[in-house]
Amino acid sequence: MNARVNGSLRELPDGATVAAVVELTGAPSSGVAVALDGTVVPRAAWASTPVADGSVVEVLTAVQGG
Amino acid sequence: MDDPLIIAGREFRSRLITGTGGASNLSVLERALVASGTELTTVAMRRVDAAGNTGVLDLLRRLGIGVLPNTAGCRTAAEAVLTAQLAREALETNWVKLEVVADERTLLPDPIELLDAAERLVDDGFVVLPYTNDDPVMAQKLEDVGCATVMPLGSPIGTGLGIRNPHNIELITARASVPVVLDAGIGTASDAALAMELGCSAVLLATAVTRAQDPERMAAAMRSAVDGGRLARLAGRIPQRFWAQASSPAL
Repeated sequence: MNARVNGSLRELPDGATVAAVVELTGAPSSGVAVALDGTVVPRAAWASTPVADGSVVEVLTAVQGG
Repeated sequence: MDDPLIIAGREFRSRLITGTGGASNLSVLERALVASGTELTTVAMRRVDAAGNTGVLDLLRRLGIGVLPNTAGCRTAAEAVLTAQLAREALETNWVKLEVVADERTLLPDPIELLDAAERLVDDGFVVLPYTNDDPVMAQKLEDVGCATVMPLGSPIGTGLGIRNPHNIELITARASVPVVLDAGIGTASDAALAMELGCSAVLLATAVTRAQDPERMAAAMRSAVDGGRLARLAGRIPQRFWAQASSPAL
């Protein structure tokens, strides 16, 4: 199945969770948040939230700005 | 003199809020932040794989400086609300510097989207610090929906044009019952001092320091300017006169 992760189409194994997608992006261990189809997924729910085919996942962190 | 800045019940000794954008590297940024004396500093939220350096959070934690996530880059209320919610999740703070800009060329706030986003975020439990035009009517509306501050621009982001409409800033500070933070347009120390003299409670700046030739020294200048402007405001300036008035006794 496929999901759009941070703007790029990525192939994911069936049943992939948000936690697996976060790991795929190489995100640091803290200071990261995830939106799945436009809704925030709390960190505590990453491992139990599946990513459906065609989902849009955004993995964000803080950078210099403002 | 004990004169803390209080925003949403949180007390700050420093009246200078800084941004982290524009610094050439983290060690330059660190020296500037320390020299500024700031206790609250903005960061932006970006995609992990496009972020490049993420060391800014570690730096702020190490320096004991509070993190103020912004919604820079957002063009609609919906985008800004989602970005704020992501920032709250990632950074464990319900504070947000709310930015909703209308276009990339001016980076001026979109007042319709801004007010909508502010209302939604306040309802969602956020402490909202909105970046707004220097419009006294808009400032009042933002306060009315429950924003913790209003943050009018002096001039557009990154221009260094200073405070283009001092009277509007004074109108805003005269009426506001939340702290007014002059946000954007500061070019040099005198701009920051003027903001405080006009009754602002604090100044938020980034580019003026991070892109100065000597960011550390400019940060120290801004710190002094904010302190000086605040003292002058509290001291009460003399009225302006058309004709001279001798300050020595007559013969």
